[in-house]
Amino acid sequence: MCAYLPSTEAERRAMLEALGKESALDFFSSVPAEQLAAAERVDLPEGMSELELSRKLNGLAAKNRQFAKIYRGYGAYNHYIPAMVDEIATRQAFVTTYTPYQAELSQGVLQTIFEYQTMICQLTGLDVSNASVYDGATAAAEAVNMCLERRRRHVLLSEGLHPQTIETVKSRFQYLNVEVTLIPLAESGETSVEALAELLDETVCGVLVAQPNVLGIIEPAAELFALAKKAGAKSVLSINPIAAAILPAAAEVGVDIAVGEGQPLGMPLSFGGPGLGFMAARQDMMRRLPGRIVGQTTDAEGRRAFVLTLQAREQHIRRERAMSNICSNQALCALRAGVYLTVMGPQGLREVAELSLSKAHYLAARLAELPGWSLRFDGEFFHEFVTDAPISGEKINAVLREHDILGGYPLADGGMVWCCTETVTREDMDELVNILREVG
Amino acid sequence: MSSNLKYSKTHEWVDFIAPDRVRVGLSDHAQESMGDLVFVTLPEVGQEVSVGDVVGDVESVKAVSDLYSPVSGVVVAVNEELEDRPELINEEPYSAWLFEIDQVTEQAELLDQAAYEAFCEEEG
Amino acid sequence: MQLSFEKSVAGRRTYVLPAPDVPKYELPAEMRRTLELPLPEMGEPDINRHYSALERRSFGVNDGPYPLGSCTMKYNPIINDQLASLPGFTQIHPLQEIDTVQGCLQALVEAEKFLAAVTGMDRMTFQPAAGAHGEFTALLMVKAYHEDRGDSERTQIIVPDSAHGTNPASAAMAGFETVNIPSNEAGGVDLDGLKKVLGPKTAGLMLTNPNTLGIFDPNIEEITALVHEAGGLNYYDGANLNAVMGVARPGDMGFDLVHLNLHKTFSTPHGGGGPGSGPVGCKAFLAEFLPHDMPIARKGEDGEYVYDLEVPEKTIGRVRSFYGNFLVTLKAYAYALRLGKAGIRAAALTAVLNANYMAEGLRDYYDISVPGPYMHEFVLTIEPLRQEYGITAMDIAKAIQEKGIHPPTMYFPLNVKEALMVEPTETESRETLDMMIEALREIRSRVDSDPESLRQAPRTTVIGRPDETTAARNPILRYTEPEAE
Repeated sequence: MCAYLPSTEAERRAMLEALGKESALDFFSSVPAEQLAAAERVDLPEGMSELELSRKLNGLAAKNRQFAKIYRGYGAYNHYIPAMVDEIATRQAFVTTYTPYQAELSQGVLQTIFEYQTMICQLTGLDVSNASVYDGATAAAEAVNMCLERRRRHVLLSEGLHPQTIETVKSRFQYLNVEVTLIPLAESGETSVEALAELLDETVCGVLVAQPNVLGIIEPAAELFALAKKAGAKSVLSINPIAAAILPAAAEVGVDIAVGEGQPLGMPLSFGGPGLGFMAARQDMMRRLPGRIVGQTTDAEGRRAFVLTLQAREQHIRRERAMSNICSNQALCALRAGVYLTVMGPQGLREVAELSLSKAHYLAARLAELPGWSLRFDGEFFHEFVTDAPISGEKINAVLREHDILGGYPLADGGMVWCCTETVTREDMDELVNILREVG
Repeated sequence: MSSNLKYSKTHEWVDFIAPDRVRVGLSDHAQESMGDLVFVTLPEVGQEVSVGDVVGDVESVKAVSDLYSPVSGVVVAVNEELEDRPELINEEPYSAWLFEIDQVTEQAELLDQAAYEAFCEEEG
Repeated sequence: MQLSFEKSVAGRRTYVLPAPDVPKYELPAEMRRTLELPLPEMGEPDINRHYSALERRSFGVNDGPYPLGSCTMKYNPIINDQLASLPGFTQIHPLQEIDTVQGCLQALVEAEKFLAAVTGMDRMTFQPAAGAHGEFTALLMVKAYHEDRGDSERTQIIVPDSAHGTNPASAAMAGFETVNIPSNEAGGVDLDGLKKVLGPKTAGLMLTNPNTLGIFDPNIEEITALVHEAGGLNYYDGANLNAVMGVARPGDMGFDLVHLNLHKTFSTPHGGGGPGSGPVGCKAFLAEFLPHDMPIARKGEDGEYVYDLEVPEKTIGRVRSFYGNFLVTLKAYAYALRLGKAGIRAAALTAVLNANYMAEGLRDYYDISVPGPYMHEFVLTIEPLRQEYGITAMDIAKAIQEKGIHPPTMYFPLNVKEALMVEPTETESRETLDMMIEALREIRSRVDSDPESLRQAPRTTVIGRPDETTAARNPILRYTEPEAE
């Protein structure tokens, strides 16, 4: 029997009787008999007690390998999550509430979203933010959609974007008469300014660049976007929200839209999801932003009130002509991001960024001292960098595993992308370097 | 309602301000059924339009409705004031014009006031 | 209530991190942010109280009944959230070596098998993050299927006028043109209307069954057969699966693809709008078009299963990063395991019983859009009350708030005037159902005796009805510091 039915068998029988039915199956008279029979024949396990369920899922969790120290990023980042984040994000009214369409009952949730939107604007320096989309990759795809014009349907993606972001954009527009071209990276690991200049023409609607890029390099965003602007294309920057605390804000480098993966803001790795797609834009693109947006207004007595607003952009009103089909978003993850940013504050967030930056530079320097090891790029980086070594990435990681360490992300060309966050200590990094020295 | 205006079946009013130039707005009936308007998207000046083309839309809080061109021609003016004050359409639908089209060649079936009132009645 | 920014005091903070243990690295000046970063500055006690106050101003499933039609706001079991927060799941990097994530992959493979069986499908992907995302994914597969057969003239997706707005919006994103068909009086597919639009351009049909009026379409097999004969595919929008899970299967109704909303039918919490999960299931002949990566199981030499990831041969590509909203999928799988075959069926039967019980209790007080029996939900129309007393569905919904009940879905579906869509779900007790019936009856009695009290509702909430017109005309979408005087 269903574990979560409050009504007893006797109550259900009494209710059926009151309705003049013998069985709840009587309500299904429109369903063809063979369909009912087929469903009864389905091979499914019998239910479990809560204890058995707990045992089963603990067993699955135990089959995963959880590492004590993590040097892998490449799109998912292991930052420290303050205790407050889990505590607040598991409070039941936040967890179990629906999308706040009924404003009078939902002022709390609406305010958390309004505060989140404000913080995303503060991080990016832009004017408006939506209430979230699924993840960083779909946020980038939505940004491309915002750039499209009737006569400009060519989008340029930096090869420094995460490969999964590039793939997501490509599949999103595969049937919409949109041309997608990659801007190659220069020797320096930066997006090639020369290549961009050559690719730009009057058909290009948008240029997407990641900051820092997937190899960790800090991009010459201002220079790239100045070119884009001159050619009449929109500029989109996919940012790491932690790096945003210390790198020039999106608004400072001339972007029209900033997007990104919000997972570093208080979400655990979780095998890649749920995370958070954030999006912010300049005022003039407000009505092209997809998804839900919370606005401030008043009630009849003049009390401050929050509501879902600008709804006529959305699918439930505009249907096939909506900017996007998005309905459910990642609200609880946006709440986590909001709590994280509130707990850290401007100073705390800068510390996370500075610590990650400094530790990555410490480790990079130490690894480069190893015989035969080198850093692939000279350019400035944030908290990820690429090494080339005399031994393969797979071999390195196989050794590190024995020490409960998740090593960097091995690239197909033999290089390795390392990531440091505030979670690793100098001692950890020295230990890592010593292990690698032994490997030779 | 103003008696020297013509009306399209898509609820625009049409005022021939010259033999081949029209001014177009939203009928009182249409603004009434939409409720408080919150945003207007207008065509671009210079845009060539044909009868029945969607040239913009009007939004209320919970609905959106297309604006159709009642004539073929070239858009020569749009009422930019509406972009900041869409409520003018609710307040004075017959002064709050939307756009003007010049070099009119064709026109949709346009109704006079009585016929339009009957049409709205029928539509329910 | 004040915003966090208004409670902020310069220099106040919560200390979380240790002092640096490595030399500070300085980026060149041109690579440093010069723009201010005005995030709130608060201490932990104030932050805690801030969010407690916000929680009190919110209303979750645990705060009262939530008969929100089409949204299936059933109880969200605590154990699922707890198990999904085991470090053995949350601390796993998505790009770890495959032999270190066998538990995650096993969960995905087993969840796929379970939910494919419930829906009568052969394969299922958990990549899509929400229902709309699932629709888009499935429609890309429909497009890829026809293109692969060289059948590129199939450009139309047929959608009933009662459908959720995501259906036409998703169709547009996959490059299809939407063809709307009218509903018949029971809200079902109008067969003549369908026949009229079917043809060589038909790529597929998107349908919910039971439909948005809570009726199981008695012509379902004829409908799906007609679409197949025309060369199209049938897509099942799983929004209403809670009525029929364990009792009837979309696969047996003639559907080729389905999406589920795990945050509806499989009890994962809504979180104020997400994260959800919108897995897409398909029949075997469509499996080669699924998005990547697909978790799979192989029998190893020792007879034990080994789990891996695979890219389907003619994949539509990637629809997001990594493996979907993994923790949400996990919660839904936990729910499915706990219920098992009998529990899933009992949930559907009870959801349907509860809806019919409520409908019966309201029949003499309100107009119901179509006669029953209903599946898991039914739609009241307030139109007669609007005509006679000027009371709208909105007024009734706002008055319900005063009773500690979340209002039903308002103004949907679009083919019912002044609609209130009621879905009690299986997790409400008989007393709660009686309480909701009584509340709606009392409100009905005020329609004639005291209509003003309904127009002014809600009067007991922290705010009254907000001015949505001003919100949309002059959008204030973020806090800005007041100008210094």
